[in-house]
Amino acid sequence: MSSSLLEVRGIGKTYGSVIALKDVSTVVNAGEVTCVLGDNGAGKSTLIKVLAGVHRHDAGEFLVDGSPVRFSSPREALDRGIATVYQDLAVVPLMSVWRNFFLGSEPTVGFGPFRFIDRRKGRSVTRTALAGMGIDLRDVEQPVGTLSGGERQCVAIARAVHFGAKVLILDEPTAALGVKQAGVVLKYVAQARDRGLGVVLITHNPHHAYPVGDRFLLLKRGRALGTYEKSQISLEELTRQMAGGAELEALAHELRGVEGDGGVGG
Amino acid sequence: MTPAPPVDERVGSPRLLDRLVLRPEIGALLGALLVFVFFSAVTERFLSTGGVATWLDDASTLGIMAVAVALLMIGGEFDLSAGVMTASSALVTAILATRLGWNVWLALLASLVFALAVGALNGWLVMRTGLPSFIVTLGTFLALQGLNLGVTRLVTGTVQVSGMRSAEGYSSAGYLFASTFTLGGTSFYVSIVWWILFTVIAATVLVRTRFGNWIFAVGGSALSSRAVGVPVVRTKILLFMTTAGAAWLVGSINILRFTSVQANQGIGLEFQFIIAAVIGGCLLTGGFGSAVGAAIGALIFGMARQGIVYANWNSDWFQLFLGVMLLAAVLVNNALRRRAERARR
Repeated sequence: MSSSLLEVRGIGKTYGSVIALKDVSTVVNAGEVTCVLGDNGAGKSTLIKVLAGVHRHDAGEFLVDGSPVRFSSPREALDRGIATVYQDLAVVPLMSVWRNFFLGSEPTVGFGPFRFIDRRKGRSVTRTALAGMGIDLRDVEQPVGTLSGGERQCVAIARAVHFGAKVLILDEPTAALGVKQAGVVLKYVAQARDRGLGVVLITHNPHHAYPVGDRFLLLKRGRALGTYEKSQISLEELTRQMAGGAELEALAHELRGVEGDGGVGG
Repeated sequence: MTPAPPVDERVGSPRLLDRLVLRPEIGALLGALLVFVFFSAVTERFLSTGGVATWLDDASTLGIMAVAVALLMIGGEFDLSAGVMTASSALVTAILATRLGWNVWLALLASLVFALAVGALNGWLVMRTGLPSFIVTLGTFLALQGLNLGVTRLVTGTVQVSGMRSAEGYSSAGYLFASTFTLGGTSFYVSIVWWILFTVIAATVLVRTRFGNWIFAVGGSALSSRAVGVPVVRTKILLFMTTAGAAWLVGSINILRFTSVQANQGIGLEFQFIIAAVIGGCLLTGGFGSAVGAAIGALIFGMARQGIVYANWNSDWFQLFLGVMLLAAVLVNNALRRRAERARR
């Protein structure tokens, strides 16, 4: 247990009289993917906001590398190596790919008032880092808004990996994507995991979670429904727990699409 | 791009046009060229050195403000108090120098502190309340307007402060802010130099520094910026302070040139600043725009305003021109934005 990058024990959060999260525990280990599953309103967002430093928990323990923390800002979480990629907030659409890649950590040359962004380095490092993740972009100078949804998520993931994140929190990275694009994003999630990062994958789709996940935390109405290792649970059981048996046929169809596809989209 | 990167077969050569379209100032540049050629052909005085000096001077103080307002708009905010602020800072300088007998330099310093404080207050209120900056600065606009008139009447019994010329330190301060220099036999106001200097600094900061990167980011998506560690609140407050600081500069140029200031000066100018910035390629929704573009937008203003005078037309036509220009600019900008934001899902 001491080797866990991230651990929460009986964590809870209330907004006024609303109990958003209560008594939830899980761990995130290096080179593993912890999936957080739950329907809308299950407390997924609240949990990641605590992990990412946006909100502070008001019950339980939050440990990073074994020591308890209470982050007061996302910057603090970032400094501890916890990077979060939000579904729609991953990038600034009107800015170029490389400016997005380095946003908040721009490389500079010069000193004092003459400290300028090293644009050449920015462009070349971005191109190299993206290529290292297997992301093939036409032009790092184009606005991120011209990329597909999947490509945007990939840029954000590559950014987190490049800047030495130890824990990568992905908030519904596949939610707004088509089947093929979702497959591409999951491929990069697996790649980040293989590089030794601990990944927290938030999703409401067990068919996206199961292929890459090592551990599954099911949330319902702010409480943990259960935590399972991959060996303890089958996809069918996970789906049943999630959806209560409903919509199985429709989801099974989506699954075939994800597993059968590994190619680059767009 | 110099050491010939591996060529991607998906990148075609006609991208030069795409690149140009993505430059926010390109529309303004074409517009300025059009206005320039038009008035050069229609009137004789427009191209004379005296004519050039006049429309450059007209554009200069507007340009300083337009560039500052452009930075703020790229950062996703408005400042409606910017116009009145030029009068407020001039009034503070004038009252301190003429009524309390302060040295002009000291009075200028005090009014700078005053302006920056109001700018910081604007920014702090907007960030603290989360209200649209449009409504918050409308409040400060009205408050400053009332303060300008009320305090001026209280101190002087009239609605203007004059007599700067006899204040101590006037000549040296005037030399810096309101003198003229001769170029090719014609005298140009030094405000033109301030305008160019301010534009160069703003453009450099915007595209070459981290702070500039953050300006685009907080205007494009404040939440994304915060998530990757950009200090959103600090960036926006600094932008409001920059606008107020620019208003102080323009106010100082005015008070030292005209040696008197009306308490109701500056009202309505805030929209001219925004219009010039929009003509220069700034999006009303933030995250996109250019400092150079805003300076060109102000240049179009100055050229058209003076050109209409030289052509002996009624100046009423200026408003029509302005309206058409603004609509054209907004349409072009909107098309550009759609192009840049177009997502392939």
